Amino acid sequence: MKETFYEYVQKRGISRKDFLKFCTAITAMMGLDASLTPKVVEALETKERIPVIYKHFQECTGCSESFIRTAHPVVADLILDMISLDYHDTLMAAAGHQAREAAHMTKEKYKGGYILACEGSIPLADGGIHSMVDGKTQLELFREYEKDCMAIIAYGSCAAFGNVQAAHPNPTQATPIYKLTNKPVINVPGCPPIAEVMAGVITHILTFGIPELDIRKRPKVFYRHRIHDNCQRRPFFDAGMFVESFDDEGAKLGWCLYKMGCKGPVTYNSCANMKWNEGTCWPVESGNPCLGCSEDNFWDFGPMFTTLAQVPGTNIIYNPDKVGAAVVGAAAAGVAVHAAATVVVEKMKKDKDTTTSVADQQNKGVSK
Amino acid sequence: MSQRVVIDPITRIEGHLRVEIDVNENNVIGDALSSGTMIRGLEQILVGRDPRDAWAYVQRICGVCTTVHALASLRAVEDALDIRIPKNASLIRDIMNLTQYVHDHVVHFYHLHALDWVDVVSALSADPNETSQIAQSISSWPNSSPGYFRDVQNRLKSFVESGQLGIFSNAYWGHPAYKLPSAVNLLAVTHYLEALEWQKDIVKIHTIFGGKNPHPHYVVGGVASAIDINSDNAINTEKLNQVERLINKAIQVVEQMYIPDLMAIASFYKDWTYGKGIGNYMTFGDFAAPGKDIRDTDSYLFPSGVILNGDLSTVHEVSLTDPEHIQEFVDFTWLKYSDDKPGVGKHPWAGETTFDYTGPKSYKELDMTRPYTWNKAPRWKGHAVEVGPLARILVGYAKGVKEVKEVTDWAAGTLDVPLTALMSTLGRTAARGLETKLLVNRLKDTFNALVANIKAGDTVTFDKTKFDPSTWHRAGKTLQGVGWTEAPRGGLAHYIVIEDQKIKNYQAVVPSTWNASPRDLNGARGAYEAALIGTPMADPHQPLEVIRTIHSFDPCLACAVHLVDKEKREITQVNVIR
Ligand code: SF4
Ligand code: SF4
Repeated sequence: MKETFYEYVQKRGISRKDFLKFCTAITAMMGLDASLTPKVVEALETKERIPVIYKHFQECTGCSESFIRTAHPVVADLILDMISLDYHDTLMAAAGHQAREAAHMTKEKYKGGYILACEGSIPLADGGIHSMVDGKTQLELFREYEKDCMAIIAYGSCAAFGNVQAAHPNPTQATPIYKLTNKPVINVPGCPPIAEVMAGVITHILTFGIPELDIRKRPKVFYRHRIHDNCQRRPFFDAGMFVESFDDEGAKLGWCLYKMGCKGPVTYNSCANMKWNEGTCWPVESGNPCLGCSEDNFWDFGPMFTTLAQVPGTNIIYNPDKVGAAVVGAAAAGVAVHAAATVVVEKMKKDKDTTTSVADQQNKGVSK
Repeated sequence: MSQRVVIDPITRIEGHLRVEIDVNENNVIGDALSSGTMIRGLEQILVGRDPRDAWAYVQRICGVCTTVHALASLRAVEDALDIRIPKNASLIRDIMNLTQYVHDHVVHFYHLHALDWVDVVSALSADPNETSQIAQSISSWPNSSPGYFRDVQNRLKSFVESGQLGIFSNAYWGHPAYKLPSAVNLLAVTHYLEALEWQKDIVKIHTIFGGKNPHPHYVVGGVASAIDINSDNAINTEKLNQVERLINKAIQVVEQMYIPDLMAIASFYKDWTYGKGIGNYMTFGDFAAPGKDIRDTDSYLFPSGVILNGDLSTVHEVSLTDPEHIQEFVDFTWLKYSDDKPGVGKHPWAGETTFDYTGPKSYKELDMTRPYTWNKAPRWKGHAVEVGPLARILVGYAKGVKEVKEVTDWAAGTLDVPLTALMSTLGRTAARGLETKLLVNRLKDTFNALVANIKAGDTVTFDKTKFDPSTWHRAGKTLQGVGWTEAPRGGLAHYIVIEDQKIKNYQAVVPSTWNASPRDLNGARGAYEAALIGTPMADPHQPLEVIRTIHSFDPCLACAVHLVDKEKREITQVNVIR
């Protein structure tokens, strides 16, 4: 019988009380109701540490950097105690054939029982020669580990959607993971994803199994809401009060960044509610417009600092300059925007999981 | 008879790197090859886009140094458009850049490099009392009681007993090249874990000003975060207090943990003198006095220059814009130039990067006499050079920068080695620590300068006069700029050409391209390759000595190999500074 997570932490001298505290904390972190805590406890008491093989494909290692920033659970606990991170290019001690062997041993020992975490896309142009390890293409290496894994986590927008190297004209034919496999894939987009979201997905699998996914294979628990719907600048959007230039009076008072190019209205991510780096801040709060980094193809949305022309989810195209005029002039414009936004929210509520097509709609209008 | 040993992947780096060595009958490395095995094509993707967005695309060259490409890009665009950013923006960007340095170097030391010198398994048999004594004798770092070290050791023991060794599995534990006493090994492993916790803190400085880390946000013309000490939605005293606390903590970590550990570990490896490499060092320079513009090169903490053959008596001038100074060659690279003349290089403004993969579909060994990497071979006036912390320390020393001289002499004195001993694997690792010591204090000075400037009534963070592309028109003219910085891994330069308000050409010449360079037709090797030659190995199939030297450069291969530009582009007009 293999050691369970609880047995493991017990050996480390962690008290029952601390273990329960930990369970409560991760339940909250996963956005679950406190009444589910006993389920978390039960899962951790009966489940062993899951082996994780974490592979780097076409990437910048930003996701791994984010991964090691997780505060809940504490990063060392995650890497050493909660999972068995048996292969990770950026962290593992062994190199070369010893490193490859480590992954191989896990694969053999835990057939059907390990998680394959992928960071980066896979290039398919010219037979895949644009990214190779050990003289093999990334596709060949992916196939080796995909076959026997329990599930695949596609960390970051590269693995989930192709991301920056897949932006027009996609010179290496960078391809997202889900297009290359029939295995269950959990997409965790973001460039990079929030650390606690990355850890949260693993914790979720550890405790409850694979989380419920939307049609883009994203865990609903972290990607259910638009940035725009949880944004603290939202009252200013509704009131038609917009920043017109970084550093103007509105910028200092925290008005809406829509006219500075904010993609919050078309972006599904946890930034506005979880914030970044232990809840310190997030792009829009800091005064920087959302770039939409968790959306498919966001690099081709058009110039970043230019206003979205269309209210997402509707066919209403409105002129943000008119909305801006509401600040000095007729308050009615602000009301109109509010009404439009409410329509959007209603629509979002109705077909939550099809809202991702908004991004596609947006992309169609992009010139390149 | 020499034998070939292949190490692929090189782990604990950024990106995909393959190293092959030829080892002679005495197990000494006779020749070496380094191959960058991934390319993404970002520069081609940039063509036709809005120059104000370039920082975001090129920031994704690297998620480890997460901010330096954005900075070089902003500087290139602002150079091309002749934008002078406000003083506060300069200060905030410098604070972010310095934060990047401190974070990156500490993480490199503990998480990417230490395990080459520290035997984790040996820490299991250490006496925690002894570790505690050593810890207290070298530093006033608070977590140093015997009980504390015993707890860590117990945790480690139960981890090892679980049989699931995770990131520590199948490594080189017990290798004869490990020299630390077990008590020091335990100290280092403990700080590995502490540094892992701390590193997620210091980056919050990026989060406060740039919204997130990795990949904080930026904007051409200044910074987007507004300053208003009377607003709850801008940089106010509460935010500044947070930043100050994080900086003070970083100073403590560097001075009481990183530097003492570095010196303690180095003192056991003083006879490991390998890895000198080329002996040519180059810097582009950065860190103008707090609040000064990047163009104020005279006030740099790290000045620019080139040292040849380890000769510190002469520092040669380097120009980023002179086509004779910096050229890139492709003779041993899976790329080709349209005019196809062997041995002829190109300056980045005339640069081309066309895929020409001539390697096999799958391979066991690469042929050193033919193209073997995606990495270009950049040269300064025809010389292969090394860039990075060691180059910065040596050029600064040679140019007589007071702070650099002081800290370098202190380290050489403490370790009781001559200055020339720094030109080695160990010296490269030490130089990284020394500059962190300087930079963490510069971080505090820069923060103080920001507070003083705000106090003096200046809250401007953004210059909008040239943000609107319609203001860029200069009839019939192509705009061209260069942006540079000293990134943690070395001199970084981005080159941009703007036409009709769009990017016409973009080229980045990055630190790891210099260091991971393949050979050229004159037979000159890049820094990684040169540094490996002559190193004896205990067992060529346990290549600990190889990864020691390679890691001392802190490789960043996604940085080194990111280009592709399928067409040659004409550049009509040069409009740059320097
Ligand atoms: S998703 Fe973003 S952070 Fe992650 S690897 Fe890709 S570019 Fe880097
Ligand atoms: S447009 Fe952006 S800044 Fe404005 S409310 Fe929406 S998410 Fe927030």
